[in-house]
Amino acid sequence: MKKQLLFKMFTAIFFIALLSSCVHVKEYQKNKLNDSEMALSNRKVEKNELNFQSYREGAAGANGGKTGGGCGCN
Amino acid sequence: MKKICLTVIGLYLLFLHAFSQSITIDSTIDFYPQKRIKDTTGSYKVKHLRLDEISIVSSYYTQNGNHSAVTGGIGTEQVTDLSNGIDLKFVSVDKGEHKHTFTTGFGFDHHTSASAAYVNKSGASKTGGTRIYPSIDWTTENEKKGSSFGLGTYYSTEYNYKSFGADIHLSQKTNDKNGEFSAKGQAYFDKVTMILPSELIPAPITIVAPSGTTTITTASGRTTVLSTGGQIVSTTAGKHIPTSPRNTFTASLSYSQIINTKLQLAFLLDAVTQSGYLGLPFHRVYFSNGKDTVENLPSSRFKLPIGIRANYFMGDNIILRSYYRFYTDDWGLSSHTVSLEVAIKITPFFSVSPFYRYYQQTAANYFAPYEAHTANEKYYTSNYSLSAFQSNYFGAGIRVAPPNGVFGWQGLNSLEMRYGHYSQTTDLVSDVISFEFKFK
Repeated sequence: MKKQLLFKMFTAIFFIALLSSCVHVKEYQKNKLNDSEMALSNRKVEKNELNFQSYREGAAGANGGKTGGGCGCN
Repeated sequence: MKKICLTVIGLYLLFLHAFSQSITIDSTIDFYPQKRIKDTTGSYKVKHLRLDEISIVSSYYTQNGNHSAVTGGIGTEQVTDLSNGIDLKFVSVDKGEHKHTFTTGFGFDHHTSASAAYVNKSGASKTGGTRIYPSIDWTTENEKKGSSFGLGTYYSTEYNYKSFGADIHLSQKTNDKNGEFSAKGQAYFDKVTMILPSELIPAPITIVAPSGTTTITTASGRTTVLSTGGQIVSTTAGKHIPTSPRNTFTASLSYSQIINTKLQLAFLLDAVTQSGYLGLPFHRVYFSNGKDTVENLPSSRFKLPIGIRANYFMGDNIILRSYYRFYTDDWGLSSHTVSLEVAIKITPFFSVSPFYRYYQQTAANYFAPYEAHTANEKYYTSNYSLSAFQSNYFGAGIRVAPPNGVFGWQGLNSLEMRYGHYSQTTDLVSDVISFEFKFK
């Protein structure tokens, strides 16, 4: 229990430190960030992988994909 | 079925043919609207609706295992699925310099499932099925304000399941354009057709009407009208199997932030609430006394997945794409997911991306394997997707996007191929190969 609390505190401190270290990036400096491989989302080619994972596993969501609809009956 | 397959193949070839002619003939479709939408000063001009992009995704999935829910947690889980989808993206710019994007999608899947044969105890049920799922989305974007707003709708139909969904989504960039907040509300209204295992369909109920007409209705809703003499005068057998509703409402929030010129993060949170019939009527459960019944699950479920993505451009040609998700729900299931993909740019237009994903979950409160449930439990299932397990998924993708088109074919903007092998500690294994063709 104590370990879990320490882990959560460490994670929170890590992200606060990370976000506070943000630098302002101007549009002309975004050539690497704008690369299609840098997109913060799943690519379309992964769509069916996400479908089968959501049907074969108990968890789904928080990945920009669907959270309902469809059966996955088989 | 053959006609549908031929129609889809025909449409697919038609699109390929149309694009193969795009360089040499004067087509009415504008293939490079993005290049023409902005003038030399970078500001938008009014543009009528034009086709901007066509994306075709095809996948083949195959699976094997030995814990099918149809046969109560034992028996084959062999499945194959061929999936095809096409998205057409149209773009226009109005007088207010708002960019409008309309995306229409159409998907077509065909699957075979060995366990589906055992919905009928004798193994005589049909093993194949087809799913069709069209969708429409409209998004309007104000580039000056850094905001967007959109609406979408979706429909899916297969022989035992129908789903209708709608969503509303919006986003707002921060003043410095280095951060973006997005929100999305989704609602799905599904109908599950109550196809029961053959041995669990109760005996027909016979009603003799005062007029002397005899009606027979089975639990699955099959109705037969008999005359007093027992001769069938009309029948609706097989046409009226009842359905049960399943509703899903989701609120999705995300915030993305640029950390520096090489690193960006996104925080994702979904709150999902489901109600209605959340099991499947042909999933059997065998009790410890050897008797079987249909799985019974609570009529509501609340899910809370929280995720984070971090993408980092390392050096000049390596991109690290990482993802972590924690999931919990009120059925007692919790899970952790971690994945890492390393995109290596061999050239600026060709990349190879090996990936690995690890997943671990605890069992739902209502899960027990074959013949482990007792008859006095309120809720029970032997569906192994709700059991405790770990899974590993690894593979690689390649992406080709040369400036003069793939294979020198100007219309074909990019080609992606991805293969993955998946294995669970429940012994379920699967393979999936996907292709995406993007035309601009």
